[in-house]
Amino acid sequence: MAGRGKLIAVIGDEDTVTGFLLGGIGELNKNRHPNFLVVEKDTTINEIEDTFRSLGSLLGSVVEAKPNEHDPPLDETDSRQFLHRDDIGIILINQYIAEMVRHALDAHQHSIPAVLEIPSKEHPYDAAKDSILRRARGMFTAEDLR
Amino acid sequence: MITPLHSSLGDRARPCLKKKKESGWAWWFTLVIPVLGRLRAQTIMKARLKGAQTGRNLLKKKSDALTLRFRQILKKIIETKMLMGKVMREAAFSLAEAKFTAGDFSTTVIQNVNKAQVKIRAKKDNVAGVTLPVFEHYHEGTDSYELTGLARGGEQLAKLKRNYAKAVELLVELASLQTSFVTLDEAIKITNRRVNAIEHVIIPRIERTLAYIITELDEREREEFYRLKKIQEKKKILKEKSEKDLEHRRAAGELLEPANLLAEEKDEDLLFE
Repeated sequence: MAGRGKLIAVIGDEDTVTGFLLGGIGELNKNRHPNFLVVEKDTTINEIEDTFRSLGSLLGSVVEAKPNEHDPPLDETDSRQFLHRDDIGIILINQYIAEMVRHALDAHQHSIPAVLEIPSKEHPYDAAKDSILRRARGMFTAEDLR
Repeated sequence: MITPLHSSLGDRARPCLKKKKESGWAWWFTLVIPVLGRLRAQTIMKARLKGAQTGRNLLKKKSDALTLRFRQILKKIIETKMLMGKVMREAAFSLAEAKFTAGDFSTTVIQNVNKAQVKIRAKKDNVAGVTLPVFEHYHEGTDSYELTGLARGGEQLAKLKRNYAKAVELLVELASLQTSFVTLDEAIKITNRRVNAIEHVIIPRIERTLAYIITELDEREREEFYRLKKIQEKKKILKEKSEKDLEHRRAAGELLEPANLLAEEKDEDLLFE
């Protein structure tokens, strides 16, 4: 399946997103929709969840992610969603934001796109909260807290 | 129901029916595969049992191989995540440095997004028959932020870009590990489910059917034996009766002995003596 390259999407605070954009992962697709979402203090949880959800499923669609708009609730095929885009391979999400939409993360069972939790400036990495490591909790409890 | 010829033993000889009192055929069919109690069925059932056992062993091996790989991956994931924490901290620090020197470039950066230089490809890896997706990153195109920081803080910005590029590489590797982890988890669950199904449902079913066939065959043998004995007895009685009859008739003189060929002295057919 080594086809067209896939993108890396980012959902994070401004600094995280800026950093990764400078790393070279940002792209606007043909409808000028970006593959990142800057989460500010007034971004609603609903919005984060919707953007995330579309990134994770396999319907192709188009994303619009202006952080300060309050949009009406969306159905699953709405185009803002990263999970729906088939050109996204990895989603990077700050851990404190992941906490906010934990249920959406846990509901995501596909292996692609992969969802990675990264620490932010204010919140250092906490292995106990990572949804992937929690699944393996039964096996390696001591090493989890290393 | 397959009834034997002569079932004097009744339900006691049918162990599958002995204890259960439910009515209907349905549960019986789930307990035992319905077959005729023939010798050929027995050989077929034995072959099936062998097949099921082999299948179960193979699946167990596959499950073991997958679990081994799974644990290795998990260890690696934990190590990589810790490393990632460090790398991200460094990167965030260099971002703060750059902001300090170059001012706030966040908005410019966000506005100037165009094409991604770093993209990932998904390749397939195979472990014990399970395909795992693996990510590989590659570069494409030129750096669209070459001109950022030209005014001031260029060096910090360059360092920042390098740090984040390093972070991206590490994260891509981590993503591969994670997808393998999730896929393997599913595969292991499915394989274990199959092993358990074979071990606790299919094999006992076949064994019960075999036992049932054997009891049917035994019963038939017993019936044959019994039947033969009865026939023998009957024949003996008949024979004794007919001999007694013969005695009586001889004594009464009604019976003429047929000519004894061997006792004849003169042969009439001989013309010349």
